[in-house]
Amino acid sequence: MLAFIARRLFQSVIVMLAVAFIAFMVFRYVGDPVSSMLGQDSTMADHEALRERLGLNEPFYIQFYHFVVNALQGQFGISYRLQQPVSQLIMERLPATIELAFASASIALVLGVVLGIYTALRPRAFSTGVIMTASLIGVSLPTFLIGIGLIYVFAVELKVLPSFGRGEVINLGWWRTGLLTESGLRSLILPAITLSLFQLTLIMRLVRAEMLEVLRTDYIRFARARGLSQRAINFGHALKNTMVPVITITGLQLGSVIAFAIITETVFQWPGVGSLFVNSVAVVDVPVMAAYLVFVALVFVVINLIVDILYFIVDPRLRDGAKSGR
Amino acid sequence: MTEPVLSIKDLVVEFPFRDDVFRAVDGVSFDIMPGEVLGVVGESGAGKSMTGSAVIGLIERPGHIAAGEIRLKGERIDNLPEEAKAKLRGKRIGMVFQDPLTSLNPLYTIGEQLIETIRTHLPLNEAEARQKAIDLLSEAGIPKAAERIDSYPHQFSGGMRQRVVIALAIAAEPELIIADEPTSALDVSVQAQIIKVLKKLCANHGAAVMLITHDMGVIAQTADRMVVMHQGKVVETGTVGDIIRRPQEPYTIKLINSIPTIQRQAGDVTPAEAANDDGAYVQIKHLVRDFEIGGGGFLKLLPGKVEMFRAVNDVSFAIEKGKTFGLVGESGSGKSTCAKMIVGLLRPTSGTITVDGHDIWAGGAGHQERRKRVQMIFQDPYASLNPRWRVADIIAEPMRTLGIARNRTEVEQRVAELLTRVRLDPSVMRKFPHEFSGGQRQRIAIARALSSQPEFIVCDEPTSALDVSVQAQVLDLMQELQDEFGLTYLLISHNLAVVRQMSSAVGVLHNGVLVEKGPTDAIFDNPQADYTRMLLDAVPDISRVA
Repeated sequence: MLAFIARRLFQSVIVMLAVAFIAFMVFRYVGDPVSSMLGQDSTMADHEALRERLGLNEPFYIQFYHFVVNALQGQFGISYRLQQPVSQLIMERLPATIELAFASASIALVLGVVLGIYTALRPRAFSTGVIMTASLIGVSLPTFLIGIGLIYVFAVELKVLPSFGRGEVINLGWWRTGLLTESGLRSLILPAITLSLFQLTLIMRLVRAEMLEVLRTDYIRFARARGLSQRAINFGHALKNTMVPVITITGLQLGSVIAFAIITETVFQWPGVGSLFVNSVAVVDVPVMAAYLVFVALVFVVINLIVDILYFIVDPRLRDGAKSGR
Repeated sequence: MTEPVLSIKDLVVEFPFRDDVFRAVDGVSFDIMPGEVLGVVGESGAGKSMTGSAVIGLIERPGHIAAGEIRLKGERIDNLPEEAKAKLRGKRIGMVFQDPLTSLNPLYTIGEQLIETIRTHLPLNEAEARQKAIDLLSEAGIPKAAERIDSYPHQFSGGMRQRVVIALAIAAEPELIIADEPTSALDVSVQAQIIKVLKKLCANHGAAVMLITHDMGVIAQTADRMVVMHQGKVVETGTVGDIIRRPQEPYTIKLINSIPTIQRQAGDVTPAEAANDDGAYVQIKHLVRDFEIGGGGFLKLLPGKVEMFRAVNDVSFAIEKGKTFGLVGESGSGKSTCAKMIVGLLRPTSGTITVDGHDIWAGGAGHQERRKRVQMIFQDPYASLNPRWRVADIIAEPMRTLGIARNRTEVEQRVAELLTRVRLDPSVMRKFPHEFSGGQRQRIAIARALSSQPEFIVCDEPTSALDVSVQAQVLDLMQELQDEFGLTYLLISHNLAVVRQMSSAVGVLHNGVLVEKGPTDAIFDNPQADYTRMLLDAVPDISRVA
């Protein structure tokens, strides 16, 4: 188990270095940050001074070394646009994104698993047909359309929920949460639903397919033949076996929810990392883009590691496999 | 007269399809007395497993019982509501399935599964149930049951898992056990032990047994009475001795005649003369194959970290031209690894394989030559044919890749010819593999093997996926083709009877070592190695019925 985790950590470091390199290349070669920062009416001397200050005159590998060392300390330089440290910008906005991501992931996971099991256990019911058809619509509609539709119905027509922003927030140390105020929670509802819809349908369809597969296996037949109750079979024996592949997909989906909530955040003007990224792209704010790239990679690497460890906990065959090395 | 435990009358199980109704079980009737072992025998599709499923109430939809009645101790159970049926399962009727590798939930320890089952049926607390589980496991012959109860299923071998499955089936002291092919997925030596355990446990607990199997040998050793089924109907019922020695119905007679036996029969192949190995057509010398286990990935870079497993250990034998060499062994004995090395799919760690004087691992021209001369027939005809290709393409592929025939008409002509040789109609070449039965598919596989005009064919368990009567046909065909073309076969099988019938010389493989080799009769009638003797004793054989 420890050897396995060590191996995975080693792989993660390689992945992170590769991503850091790409981020650095972007940082180094996309556009000319100096001219975009200083504007039209600056002198050559101003340019040169800023280049020196940003360290752009040093050789390539020194710059990469500095980049990695700084990144390890959480230093990604200063945003060209906002003239603030990038790490500070990201940290300020991270709580908003994470709260949104976890809210929508919880909705997706709970509803997805419940509906998946329901539709698997009643494959012929009318309600299953309705759910499956509705889920198809959920997959095929683009996120922004769902977001705009929800805003139109609940914010514009019914006027029950706010259409943008996070509402009131409370500071808990550096973490600014919207979960403790009524307006914060109300603001969370629409974006969370919008963001969760795609994941929900995906998880539901996956759980259903896996569950149908598992219910056909011999050990489920044998469990029936032993006279175990339906409940014990469906929720004890079948569900645990269903969860193995579901964990992987859910983990990766959670990663992409955190990393790519961009569209939802833009539609709802949610002050998270995604909208920071979109605004930075518009003005070629390279340090922010580079830091975002590294951040996204980190999210995926960490989630993958967690998923691998969860596998170990769920599936005893893997535990032994790692021991004997097969 | 005592009341039968199970009484089935005119049972009909139907599967409605869009425009047709398929009768899987058609008017079956029989009784099982208390403590009796009733064998239900038949080939695949005979409806024997479906009868078992009907009794325990687990017919897959859309199948359903259309007529007839099932009585358990006189009480009618086929028309009970689902919850009442569920209460019978495990409590009064236990079931053992064929494949112990898939019968147990891989994510729970065997203890958890036993305790769950025991507590579902018996009013015991956790500790009592655990004690009972340990007792059951020791009774089923699992050593150190108290320690092993917290192991997961994958930590047991197939035979051990089947013991666990039997312990599970008997956990709540049911009156009837339905054993559906309980030993078909196991090696012969293990098979014998499992039959013993099943018999002993059922006798100890006073349970009657409905033993479903295609293996007449198992029935002969185990059952008191038997029922022969064919296409959903009962063909013949009677005591085991009566049916095997004096079968009445034509189908039963045919079934019994097609079973190969390990006893010598007239008309078997003549034994080989004491062969001079140096002149033999195929020579295998000091063949060794190691596999790495453990330390994958970058651990390989560290010295001393790699453990080796020797799957094949210094195996040497020779095959005369036009003869068949039978290689016998249980699963894990290395026989399939040998086959892969001989056909050139797996590189030997050391040793040489020569076919007609050419070293098949020498590379260069010998490589191309090998692909023409050496072909293989695989075990499972359902998996070895590409389901998206037409039969003609499947058979023609070796010709095309080896450049034997190039233009279309020539290829087609040869495919037709090959199909005729394997006794199939040439017009079937436009069809896809799924349109054929198992036996027909194996014929197609044979035609494919023949299409490069090989002289040497390696047959890896060519009939073990087939029914006995089909097996007999395929073996006959192989024999005829050998006579016709002077083919040399390496026949790999765990089925001793098949090997006896087909081969002139035999090698017995055990844990990668060739423990014995020699002319077939010598090995079977006068085995020298202990392992060979044990293997021969373990074979359930209908000719031993007293």
